[in-house]
Amino acid sequence: MLSLRSIEKSYPLAGGQLPVLKGIDLIIEQGEMVAIMGSSGSGKSTLLNVLGLLDNFDAGSYHLDEVDMSELSERQSARYRSRFLGFVFQSFNLIAFKSALENVALPLFYQKIPRRERQKRALAMLERMGIADRAHHLPSELSGGQKQRVAMARALITTPRVILADEPTGALDSVTSNEVMDVLREVNSTGITVIIVTHEADIAARCDRTIRLKDGRIIEDGNSKVVIEPTAHGYTPDAS
Amino acid sequence: MRAFDPDRLIELVQVIVRNPMRAFLSSLGVGWGLFMIIITVGSARGLENGVRADMGNDVANSMFMWAQSTSKPYKGFQRGRSLELNLADVAWLEENTQHLDLVVPEIQLGGYRGSNNVTRAAHTGAFDVHGVDENYPQVNPFRITRGRFLNPGDLNAQRKVCVIGNRVETVLFDKGEDPLGEMIQIQGVLFRVVGVYKPKGTGEDAENAAESIYIPFTTFGKAFQTGDRVEWLSVLIRPNVDAAEAEQATKDLLLLRLNAHPEDKRAIGGWSMAEEFQQVESVFGAMRLVSLLFGALALLAGVIGITNIMLISIKERTKELGIRRSLGATPRRIIQQILGETLFLTILAGLCGMVLGVGLLELLDSFIEDGGDAGVFRHPEIDLKTVLNVLIILLGMALLAGILPTLRALSIRPVVALRSEG
Repeated sequence: MLSLRSIEKSYPLAGGQLPVLKGIDLIIEQGEMVAIMGSSGSGKSTLLNVLGLLDNFDAGSYHLDEVDMSELSERQSARYRSRFLGFVFQSFNLIAFKSALENVALPLFYQKIPRRERQKRALAMLERMGIADRAHHLPSELSGGQKQRVAMARALITTPRVILADEPTGALDSVTSNEVMDVLREVNSTGITVIIVTHEADIAARCDRTIRLKDGRIIEDGNSKVVIEPTAHGYTPDAS
Repeated sequence: MRAFDPDRLIELVQVIVRNPMRAFLSSLGVGWGLFMIIITVGSARGLENGVRADMGNDVANSMFMWAQSTSKPYKGFQRGRSLELNLADVAWLEENTQHLDLVVPEIQLGGYRGSNNVTRAAHTGAFDVHGVDENYPQVNPFRITRGRFLNPGDLNAQRKVCVIGNRVETVLFDKGEDPLGEMIQIQGVLFRVVGVYKPKGTGEDAENAAESIYIPFTTFGKAFQTGDRVEWLSVLIRPNVDAAEAEQATKDLLLLRLNAHPEDKRAIGGWSMAEEFQQVESVFGAMRLVSLLFGALALLAGVIGITNIMLISIKERTKELGIRRSLGATPRRIIQQILGETLFLTILAGLCGMVLGVGLLELLDSFIEDGGDAGVFRHPEIDLKTVLNVLIILLGMALLAGILPTLRALSIRPVVALRSEG
């Protein structure tokens, strides 16, 4: 379970501070599939970075499975990222000079898993994603959809508790986007929590729960079918 | 202990292969530095070997002493009294010294560097003729190529025998003629050749040494009417005894023995090979130090180059470092990665420079061995101790080169790294 209480975060500016998260209270249960929506600058990516321990926060508390994340050292944060969290990015963030197999196996390298075991598991994961035949190709030799599948394989290779996806379909066409969402749904069906930052209503619609942010605050949180309908807040699915 | 993970090496190689030209250019400085160290230290050693080869005929702990005229009045004697040494003085000195291992009396026809006519049948030559005892080769070593050196029997029986240098043989004997058992005439006195020697070392000193004839000291006194007069003493200083201290102590003893003023600086002359060696050693020590210093400075320039390139590399790879951290790379892993890359690059470059340097020295050596004219330059080489020292310096420099890039890499927050371009 992820629990955020009164999380505040601001970025330094020349003339002072720019508040990005203003008292976020949020609980996400294990196994949920959650979309975080909001317009540009609403704080959704910052919230995802805080949840992923990629960025720190100024005030409030964050508990992951009852463990306080606010006092972790960088080394401890890295351990949590390695063992509990998996990341999927819009721009895939694959290492360009490593093959698909090497990219997928990399998180296991940081978990000190033996090389043979790493390769075996990475290949199995690529098979699960349906791209085992591209295992020895460099990212530059893969299509967008294949790259995102490699990125998802890399996120899943450590069997994390939570997958954090930042605009995972943002760089993909609608067919490939659907395929990616199919994979994420399948992942979620195994009990893994999936948190997706998106501005696309149809992507959010495929999640169980949608949280909408505006100006660093949660303005809506509920069943996706309810939240993504046009509301009094003036939101329309295509607005970003 | 955990087994070595080949992916660690693969990671390092991947980073270098990704940009081979940059890796080559950045490592060139370090390779060049190491190359310069090897070449300069090896060349200094070649020069040292050449000089040592020229000094090969000399024994490092030898010393020579002779009696001169007094410069101070003492016990009723006027200043300017001519002092002389004899065999009894030699025996007394051997009994009373605590600094010397060996005292060899020596006398020469015509005095120091005097030459005398030596004849055999129609052959004539001007050679140095020395009266010495059987211990002489310990102070002035040479190689007996045929026959033998003088022995105690020659000394005791005052035999008219001699040992000749190889240049003497060439002049007095026809090619292919065996000089052993043949007679030669020195100042009209016949001597039988019992041995031929060849000096050690090379150069002018060795050539001069090949033109000498050694006869028993006792025979010399009788044949040339010098009695037991000793012109100078060739002595060996005991191991681990300071040369200057031994020289002063021996002079003090001789002054006492010859009834000369204890403070008379001119009464006893002396020349210490040990001090010469010490001076030469200090000159070469300074040369080695200077060559190491210059090499280290060249190496430092190379290390600065690698640091610079690594800093640029870190900037370019900020996103990659962010991805790695998002995947669970701990700060320690990042340190290992960046330091590993720097060490790998520096050491690889250093080893290349070292191998090239040693290769060039070997090439030079084989050229000289094949008869190339290199003057006073022989066997340019570098010893294992220097190589190990250079490797330690290299390792230190590599660590130094890695510090700044590593600190830079660690200072970038994962979220900032992920947001960067590239």
